[in-house]
Amino acid sequence: MAAVLEATGLTKRFGKFQALRGCDLSLPAQKVIGLVGPNGAGKTTLLQLASGLRYPTSGSINVLGRSPRDDAAALLPHVGFVAQERPLYGDFTVEETLELARRLNPSWDHAYALARVQRFRLPLDARVRRLSTGQRAQVALALAVGKRPELLLLDEPVANLDPLARLELLEELMATVADGGTSVVLSANALADVERVCEYVVILVDGQVRLAGDLEQLTAEHTFVSGPVERRPFGDGWHVINERHAERQGTWLLRSVGTTPPIDSSDGTRARNATLEEIVLAYLRSADKGAQS
Amino acid sequence: MPTYLQLVQQVKHAVRYAILRPGDRLPTAREVVEELAINPNTVLKAYRELEREGFVTSRPGAGTFIAPNAPAPLERSVGVPLRRSIDRWIEHAIVAGLDRETVIALFTLAIEAGYQKEAPHGRRS
Repeated sequence: MAAVLEATGLTKRFGKFQALRGCDLSLPAQKVIGLVGPNGAGKTTLLQLASGLRYPTSGSINVLGRSPRDDAAALLPHVGFVAQERPLYGDFTVEETLELARRLNPSWDHAYALARVQRFRLPLDARVRRLSTGQRAQVALALAVGKRPELLLLDEPVANLDPLARLELLEELMATVADGGTSVVLSANALADVERVCEYVVILVDGQVRLAGDLEQLTAEHTFVSGPVERRPFGDGWHVINERHAERQGTWLLRSVGTTPPIDSSDGTRARNATLEEIVLAYLRSADKGAQS
Repeated sequence: MPTYLQLVQQVKHAVRYAILRPGDRLPTAREVVEELAINPNTVLKAYRELEREGFVTSRPGAGTFIAPNAPAPLERSVGVPLRRSIDRWIEHAIVAGLDRETVIALFTLAIEAGYQKEAPHGRRS
């Protein structure tokens, strides 16, 4: 299947700061994709380059097969973007906000957007500035999905939301995905949310792609081992991504490449599939040490 | 445990306890994700697995249903006496001063011995 987002050597510099450095990516269509990584890793910058809000310093990015810079007019009707701050006009009512979107967007499904807003029981005549943070997030999402976009780009869609509002927003987002035809790329700090809704994960560290792949495959390929420190090595095919020692106990995050021998448990060593959190932390820590994967 | 396997187990559990019966329709993927905020493909994957194991059948355009030949619920004549003997055993354990975790550990050991559970960890890719 064609990629929804393709980047080659993608680099973005802000003065001396390199937000992205030479990213190569090919994100599959019809998936929910999670961008994870520490603050400042380049998640927001990547989404801004994808939505055409900023242009790359060097390298290239294509979204739905088009350049966000050179082909913006043709591309933008197919891309919904919600920035982290969820910018909305505070003086507009919910209804006026939807009406504005209807007039501004060439492809706009008013009934669909209205249904989204009504499912949340949002008062149509309320001014946006009177809404709660959660309600504003819901309006912002309704605006993005009202375009019936092929690709939704969401920067931290559930940041600052209370647990209930967070869940409601994710439910609504997943219902949109179930309606079909929409790929989603979202950034998130909460890995539990990513594990819940995403099928594909990109780990960004220091402006570079550390790891990208199908979530199920990544968790199957990575094993978390704990046991006596003298346990290493584990055998051919086991790559140590990160290891930590405490006294005589060690923990390892291993990636299996090809066929790997079983991990002997006779000395009390325990091995199990790694969680997404363990995988992400291991790659962040190994990046700190400048290790190679 | 992966989310899709949790869904698979919940449906199997419901079939075993006759909460779901042959012919009952399972919720659509959209209905499930509106309640659980999980990826719709996770639901579809669970339904495919349940179909593979003979618990459900999918009728295109109509939905996913508990299969007519799904494993029968636990017979009362079998289930009730078994449950009673477990209840008695647990009473003994409480009297003997065993805590919950020890009881679970004992049960797990007994299940593993009784059903000769799986080999040590290892995998192919």
